[in-house]
Amino acid sequence: MALKMVKGSIDRMFDKNLQDLVRGIRNHKEDEAKYISHCIDEIKQELKQDNIAVKANAVCKLTYLQMLGYDISWAAFNIIEVMSASKFTFKRIGYLAASQCFHEGTDVIMLTTNQIRKDLSSPNQYDTGVALTGLSCFVTPDLARDLANDIMTLMSHTKPYIRKKAVLIMYKVFLKYPESLRPAFPRLKEKLEDPDPGVQSAAVNVICELARRNPKNYLSLAPLFFKLMTSSTNNWVLIKIIKLFGALTPLEPRLGKKLIEPLTNLIHSTSAMSLLYECVNTVIAVLISLSSGMPNHSASIQLCVQKLRILIEDSDQNLKYLGLLAMSKILKTHPKSVQSHKDLILQCLDDKDESIRLRALDLLYGMVSKKNLMEIVKKLMIHVDKAEGTTYRDELLTKIIDICSQSNYQYITNFEWYISILVELTRLEGTRHGHLIAAQMLDVAIRVKAIRKFAVSQMAMLLDNAHLIASNTQRNGICEVLYAAAWICGEFSEHLEESNQTLEAMLRPKVTTLPGHIQAVYVQNMVKLYASILQQKEQVGEKEAAQEITQLMIDRLPQFVQSADLEVQER
Amino acid sequence: MQFMLLFSRQGKLRLQKWYVPLSDKEKKKITRELVQTVLARKPKMCSFLEWRDLKIVYKRYASLYFCCAIEDQDNELITLEIIHRYVELLDKYFGSVCELDIIFNFEKAYFILDEFLLGGEVQETSKKNVLKAIEQADLLQEVGIEISTVFQKICSNS
Repeated sequence: MALKMVKGSIDRMFDKNLQDLVRGIRNHKEDEAKYISHCIDEIKQELKQDNIAVKANAVCKLTYLQMLGYDISWAAFNIIEVMSASKFTFKRIGYLAASQCFHEGTDVIMLTTNQIRKDLSSPNQYDTGVALTGLSCFVTPDLARDLANDIMTLMSHTKPYIRKKAVLIMYKVFLKYPESLRPAFPRLKEKLEDPDPGVQSAAVNVICELARRNPKNYLSLAPLFFKLMTSSTNNWVLIKIIKLFGALTPLEPRLGKKLIEPLTNLIHSTSAMSLLYECVNTVIAVLISLSSGMPNHSASIQLCVQKLRILIEDSDQNLKYLGLLAMSKILKTHPKSVQSHKDLILQCLDDKDESIRLRALDLLYGMVSKKNLMEIVKKLMIHVDKAEGTTYRDELLTKIIDICSQSNYQYITNFEWYISILVELTRLEGTRHGHLIAAQMLDVAIRVKAIRKFAVSQMAMLLDNAHLIASNTQRNGICEVLYAAAWICGEFSEHLEESNQTLEAMLRPKVTTLPGHIQAVYVQNMVKLYASILQQKEQVGEKEAAQEITQLMIDRLPQFVQSADLEVQER
Repeated sequence: MQFMLLFSRQGKLRLQKWYVPLSDKEKKKITRELVQTVLARKPKMCSFLEWRDLKIVYKRYASLYFCCAIEDQDNELITLEIIHRYVELLDKYFGSVCELDIIFNFEKAYFILDEFLLGGEVQETSKKNVLKAIEQADLLQEVGIEISTVFQKICSNS
């Protein structure tokens, strides 16, 4: 007997513990996979042993390997064995492994129910604590149903450590098994007045999260929270309460009115940025829901905008970002208050940080007016030139077009200017939004009769320069623009000055390298153009010129017949 | 909070705590994508970004990135505070913590996190209380180990 134990402990002396495993992996950088599979074999052997210490060690190593990306679900049963160890050290390791890899699909998870129940009623508070913590990560609807009662009892445990954990885990239980909420609710309410501040804030946390999902039921608690808000000095708790109120105010406007004053006080008095941010956000939310135009709230809006301006001006990138984010919320309901800060926003466009620039762009979208549109777009165009990286550029492009085409081009006074902007945009390389530009051009040309002449001349220029654009067939985006150009020229050919030239441009051999549908449009419009030229020439009586053109067409058309595209051939 | 990830500058995962139930495959996919996105950020950029339908708050401490995913209505600044508080706790516990400490004692890092956050919510706002709970649990472990070694010695002698 003794020999067996001695032999056992000698064997075990050579077991790797966690530190050895980590060191080993770090030393085997080249053949890591092989080394690890070797270790996994060792672990499998260790798990077959009876000794719980050995098993726990193995499970600990497995947890580490799981973090590196190896699947350890085959060891689920062994993990449960370790969880049932009586020693705290091993139990802890078992629960940790479980919380990392157990989930609803784990078939042995039902075996844990009894073990957890035992641990929950253990005299040792740390056993209970570890069980609660672990459970919160892998609770399933079945587990929740079975253990809800035990956890509810724990909410009234003598030790605040346990009460706190029990309250927090009830949230997870509610999520999985909603029927447990009704019986547990009175106890939860009690905890709001628990003498221990930790338990109290846990209760606030849970109720806050619950209220966000279902605000109606928690409206009755508002007065209680009001009292808590005015008496608490703990910033974490305050933030939660304020968030809770933010969720409740849409339902109860009177609550919102009552809140404005204490919130404004907090905004004035606090030095904590996070609290300030939360207050400002909530005030905005309240005022949005109260936007039935109460005049005396403009002072609060002004205050918020002021504070946000301070945030945006701060050199800390994070604050800038959040300031801009909150400003965009205000913009939706109180655009005038934000107008005065246009200069600041434009400044933000120059920021090195892309996220900030995108936020500033969003804001600008809401801030344009007839007067400043051109100025803003001019600035944006400068950015487009400077912008590195195509996603940002694309974003800018879409935004420019969005801004300009807002509410049926409400803000554009000079459409010719807009067309020239569009043409400039086509010179950009590698953008995916060619079709957007094309659509815009078509739209404007069709709708705004007055500028058709100008549009047509610009399009003719484009077609002439088509070889520049079509040089790289991958840039399909821009080619879409040629589509629009050809269409416009064909449709409004009466405005064309140099129809011959344009026709020639369209007939150039290079055109066959363009995508099929573009060629189709080309051909269609060429015919239109041809017809109108013929008409013109006949009126003037230049028979020769007419014949020349016809010859040209006959020469060049065959190359289209050879095109692979059916549409083109058909035409 | 939905999850917290710690990873090095080379993209190696040092700690992962998930507060929402997800399959292993999904976790791996999310981790890979997120690590790539965060590592691509330049140093002066702000700590918040939008990813899928979540907000990501991250901060770099020495060679480790601490990255948390929060929901739309959560407060970003308080999440930064949470990250900072966790780093302070690790620092206090390990005494001037560095990445190696977390690598070799990863289970302790998890235990500390478990005393600070539960189910994605802040459990204990007092640093002192969190550290006290860890210390006491550690003592419990020590006592346990001592007894077991004594017991083993007795058995092997008999």
